[in-house]
Amino acid sequence: MSWIKITEVENIPVREGRSVKIDRNEIAVFNLGDRFAAIENRCPHSGGPLCDGIVSGATVICPLHGWKVCLDTGDILRPQVSVRVEVYPVRVENGVLEVDVPERQPMEDRSGVAA
Amino acid sequence: MKQLIVIGNGMAGVACIEQILKHQPAFEITVFGDETHVNYNRILLSSVLAGEKSLDDITLNGLDWYQQNNIGLQLGVRIVDIDPEGMTVTGDDGSITPYDKLLIATGSSAFIPQIPGVNKKNVFTFRSLDDTKGLIERSRPGMKATVIGGGLLGLEAARGLQVQGCDVTVVHLMGTLMDKQLDATGGAYLKSKMERLGVRVLCGKSTRALLGNGKVEGLEFIDGETIDSELVVIAAGIRPNVDLGRKAGLEINRGIVVNDHMETSHPDIFAVGECVEHRGTIYGLVAPLYEQGKILAATITGNKGPTYEGTVLAAKLKVMGVDVFSAGDYDEHSVPDTEVVRYEDAALGIYKKLTLREGRLAGVILVGDTSDSSRYMEWLRARTDLTAMRRSLLFPEPAGAAGDPGAGVAAMADGEIVCGCLGVTKGTIISAIHEKGINTFAQLKECTRASTGCGSCAGMCQSLLKAVAPEFEEETKKVLCRCLPFSQENLREIAKTQRLKSVQDILDIYGNGIGCEICKPALSYMVDVIWCGDHEEDRSARFINDRVHANIQKDGTFSVIPRIRGGVTSAAELRKIADVADKYNVPMVKITGSQRIDLLGVKKEDLPKMWADLGMISGQGYAKGVRMVKTCVGTDFCRFGTQDSTAAGIELEARLENLFTPHKVKMATVGCPRNCAEATVKDIGMVGQEGSWQVVVGGAAGKSVRKADLLITAETTPEAIEACELFFQYYRENGNYLERTYDFVERLGMEKIRKETVYAPEPQREKLLARLRKAKALSKDAWLERDTPVSPTQFVQIQPMEAVLA
Repeated sequence: MSWIKITEVENIPVREGRSVKIDRNEIAVFNLGDRFAAIENRCPHSGGPLCDGIVSGATVICPLHGWKVCLDTGDILRPQVSVRVEVYPVRVENGVLEVDVPERQPMEDRSGVAA
Repeated sequence: MKQLIVIGNGMAGVACIEQILKHQPAFEITVFGDETHVNYNRILLSSVLAGEKSLDDITLNGLDWYQQNNIGLQLGVRIVDIDPEGMTVTGDDGSITPYDKLLIATGSSAFIPQIPGVNKKNVFTFRSLDDTKGLIERSRPGMKATVIGGGLLGLEAARGLQVQGCDVTVVHLMGTLMDKQLDATGGAYLKSKMERLGVRVLCGKSTRALLGNGKVEGLEFIDGETIDSELVVIAAGIRPNVDLGRKAGLEINRGIVVNDHMETSHPDIFAVGECVEHRGTIYGLVAPLYEQGKILAATITGNKGPTYEGTVLAAKLKVMGVDVFSAGDYDEHSVPDTEVVRYEDAALGIYKKLTLREGRLAGVILVGDTSDSSRYMEWLRARTDLTAMRRSLLFPEPAGAAGDPGAGVAAMADGEIVCGCLGVTKGTIISAIHEKGINTFAQLKECTRASTGCGSCAGMCQSLLKAVAPEFEEETKKVLCRCLPFSQENLREIAKTQRLKSVQDILDIYGNGIGCEICKPALSYMVDVIWCGDHEEDRSARFINDRVHANIQKDGTFSVIPRIRGGVTSAAELRKIADVADKYNVPMVKITGSQRIDLLGVKKEDLPKMWADLGMISGQGYAKGVRMVKTCVGTDFCRFGTQDSTAAGIELEARLENLFTPHKVKMATVGCPRNCAEATVKDIGMVGQEGSWQVVVGGAAGKSVRKADLLITAETTPEAIEACELFFQYYRENGNYLERTYDFVERLGMEKIRKETVYAPEPQREKLLARLRKAKALSKDAWLERDTPVSPTQFVQIQPMEAVLA
């Protein structure tokens, strides 16, 4: 695990998300107004870019087919399915958003997220 | 037949007559009213001031009702004297009318404190229809207005004046708003709610004088402070009108004294309503009027028996966005051994307080959430033993049912009151539905009179209908979503009248403060159309398409459709499009059904560069906005063309492009009835014929197929285009978000649409067009954001600031 400096916090507007590519992971980072959140930028349904969804409280709604994803747990809140997306710890240091990503984790190894 | 004279054509008098008519015909009835209007619902005057209801809406009994029931009506005649010996009444017109029985229903008047200056111009009371009309006439946007009195009526007046655009201050003598109905904590919650709506509240302020020379200009308080005010409303309470009763020699205390049978001290004279005093109490609310009326009707028709034992007082504040309910004795200090159960959430502005005595409810205060008020009311009336329910007193609804106004209805007992104003029980409503075959809310109101008072039980009545009536036709508009329990129509009204200009403000004040993917885009559209450039644009509330001005595809890429007006392009333009497609490796170039070219499979970060290279404006192919105007070849080349549809289509598109609409708007113009560009299945179409255009609207050929309706036949092209514009703007202002024109025209009906657009009086048409022009002047090509993005990362994928270890 290591903290990666992403961008100055003002580059992410309030209640919006942006995608960031770290290594081979595409991560969606969100500004929730009073805090930030980071999840895997891929809806488990059909791969929709979650960073482009509308933020509703601590959830984001996938722009493609409306799956609702919890930004804190990665759980899918609608529809009721047992898959989830990866959640990454975030912190703000000196006005810069940082995300804690697992070191060098190839995409193929992450097939187990549905568990 | 015996003569019954009723003095007073207000709610109490007429409600009592309605009850008398239910008995065997016993009287010839004549009503004297000193106002010149038919009977109206006085408690809805605040809704008239707030623009929610028109004068017609609050009429309770029209002239035809008096005729049908053979009731003589003397409007504008004030009774000035009663002769109890000779049994006559004298009018201010000199008329003398004999009676056998006399009913005094003179109500009450506004109490005007003895403050120097109360006779100045622009000082009003708020009691009658004429007061209300005067206030509407005199108030104007930006005017400083002050309401003296922070009770129910004063707060409703304040809200109404605010809707009229005034800058409103409420001055209250006591330290607590609505101090007759609330404790200090409840008053503080109410105060902060009112302040959030933009009303200034000064408590504990005593007015020494109204300032100004002839016209009121300000107020001076006892503490020496002064404030400016160009309009003053005095709502400092009411006083029963007892003069006539005194002249008739009746026993008077503060009001005309009546016993439990509603008899006065004189056997042939009766009194009802706000002018009476019963067991030491004078009522200023609506529910007691109806209860008294029932008893009085029995007594006066010779069916004496039932008694009036007083009414459990309940008050509900009818100010949009500020829910207040109070009933019974909520003061825990008034009687020893009173217990208090309390709940507070300052962030949500919710305060609930119950007082209990001997395990039974004694009083209740609800601020911010009054959804359980009828339950508490029933507990009060029935003196229900609450010992077993002690743990769930503050949240009596089953969990998970929140937000569903019908949830509580099923659990109600048949004897429970649904309509507190008219005392209509659940059982009465259900049997009326079954026996009279009621299917609509309007029928229910007519038959049972439920919900014809303050109207706050409308939700419960509807829920009952829904549950019980076999063919219930819902009349209320659907609420937008769970975040905001209002219909879109209500929300438009709220945004307009409360001057809310951002999505978040509406959500904070009227919703859950969070919002979702359904309400946020709808509210975004609403504030944009209503405030037109004066709103606060919040991109986070927009769907991704409207953030990056391109249509998201199934793989997360986007499509680019430049505007090609009327589907008419050129070799050079096509070459440019081809070059751009090559440069950005566009995987698919598609001729669309809308006579345009779609470049599909574009990466978000390439969008601004492509738009720049194309040098064309956005075709809004991604937006709920103006899509295309499809055209046929018209008169230039076509052998059959009768109108120049191509030029007309290009003109129409240029006039409307870049504007947004409740849902997408597809248009077409055709030069002859062969209809090659399919104008009769478009949202707006112009169909050319010899010497004129048919303008058609509401067509569809998508998920629904619908032939468009004729809006008007126009002789010239400018007239036809203007008709299109009128409909277009009318749809923009009145359509629900995501409502296509084919649903819109069916919801409103073509007749109404014609009346409000092409057949509207010229000033109204001019205003509609002026609002369209204003919106158009402020609109711009969304693709210009390539040069001035709204955020530095609008189109980009963020690159981490530090290299990641490989």
